[in-house]
Amino acid sequence: MTQAVELRGVTLGFPGCTVLRDVDLAVQQGEFLGVLGPNGAGKTTLLRALLGLVRPSVGTIEIFGATAQPGRSGIGYLPQTRPGALPTVRGIDLLAASLGGTRWGLPFSSAEAKSEIAWALDQVDATALAQRPLAQLSGGERQRVLIAQALLGRPRLLLLDEPLSNLDPRHQRAVVSLLRDIQQKLSLTVLCIVHDLNVVLPAVDRVLYVGNGHVALGKVDEVVTGPVLSLLYGAPIDVVRSGEYRFAVAA
Amino acid sequence: MSPFDFEFMRNAYAAAGMVAVTAGVAGYFLVLRGQSFAGHALGHVGFAGAAGALLFGLPPLAGLIVVSTGGGMMMGLLGEGVAERDVGIGLVLAGALALGLLFLGFFTASASQATALLFGNVLGVDAHTLWALLWVSLFTLVVLAFMARPLLFASLQPELAEAHGVRVRLLSVMFLGVIGLVVAGAAQVVGVLLVFSLLVAPAAAAQRATPRVLTAIALSVALALAEGLGGVTLAFYTDWPASFWITALGVAFYGAAFMAKWRAARD
Repeated sequence: MTQAVELRGVTLGFPGCTVLRDVDLAVQQGEFLGVLGPNGAGKTTLLRALLGLVRPSVGTIEIFGATAQPGRSGIGYLPQTRPGALPTVRGIDLLAASLGGTRWGLPFSSAEAKSEIAWALDQVDATALAQRPLAQLSGGERQRVLIAQALLGRPRLLLLDEPLSNLDPRHQRAVVSLLRDIQQKLSLTVLCIVHDLNVVLPAVDRVLYVGNGHVALGKVDEVVTGPVLSLLYGAPIDVVRSGEYRFAVAA
Repeated sequence: MSPFDFEFMRNAYAAAGMVAVTAGVAGYFLVLRGQSFAGHALGHVGFAGAAGALLFGLPPLAGLIVVSTGGGMMMGLLGEGVAERDVGIGLVLAGALALGLLFLGFFTASASQATALLFGNVLGVDAHTLWALLWVSLFTLVVLAFMARPLLFASLQPELAEAHGVRVRLLSVMFLGVIGLVVAGAAQVVGVLLVFSLLVAPAAAAQRATPRVLTAIALSVALALAEGLGGVTLAFYTDWPASFWITALGVAFYGAAFMAKWRAARD
């Protein structure tokens, strides 16, 4: 089976900032991957590279066996949302604008587009929420609408950029379990950037740490260790366990 | 005595009506994209163009159209949020206004000519200007209709649109170019200093009143028409400047939408 995501010898970055240096990486289909790492390590840049928006200076990036490029079908993307920058529209308008938003012409939805939108909203139980202005929704409700949007076009790969930021712990858990449910139901591959590993522990199959130009991909117990994190953070780190939870602390 | 008995009033209604429709539609996207201030600044850029045209003995409307449209496309080309950066825009605005002043100084223009450029002279619109406004308005609406779908997507969620392969930069250049045209038209009615009243006030009020996209665009056009035609009518009966009435109605509409929202939030 082709890999969902495959990086071969990838070097990626901007002038004066290297995000990845000669990285090989393979994500299998149907995996739920938590993506973690220090601030500014390039987690978002990595997702943008998978979308084909940033080109690697060396190496190849393949998504389901084809070179990454913008506008590819089969990828659902949820960019990081800046609170306060929310447009004054309803959720359903947002979905309608994005579906077929690449075609020129007037913004009317076809019957086919309407049924696709209804399907996506139904997957995350957001049909009623989508009728309300986005600004009136709570953080958790808004994420459900935006996850529905990422499902438009029936993607096989979901790239989620900090879908849990600005949510309280209860809503974080709800969004994680929702993501796990739809991932299982629709057999999706998911790459999800998060800040706190412990919140996504129940959902992830493996974790991908990005830092210092390197990546570490593996089971939680293989990656979340003092030596590995020390290398990625460029500072001595100890991992302290408390029951299921793990905490990285400065050594 | 009816306003329709006078040719200058029929011309004024036609000019205000055409400008209101285009400004209502284009303004919706402008406000949605957070580029209201950029639209305002394009009026000032156009002022320098109009004054420069006068200096060289060319029609001021032509100078206004060329320079504000070109300026808009340049802003779109510079991209990366330039059109949303207040300091940069403010400096362009001040610089263009000063340049216009210099040109008018060389031209030794009468004060009335400067006032007409700055504050509009809708009651003095001639048939030639009306035809120009008709073509500019039709062209603007056709281009907006052509780009409406990707423009809406790129305005609501630029990162996502880019990932879907929408050419966000090209859209930005096209859109701000269109805004330059709309500004040139609106300046014929309310002048370069008050284009905000037709371009931004109705659209902002409509966006406060309803979250539905198509309803908001229709409402924006309706409010702009009410402003433009109502302002011209009030000017006829009061003998106060039309630009004053149009702007006053725009501020009143926005204030009403603001109050309605505030009261709804309080209840």
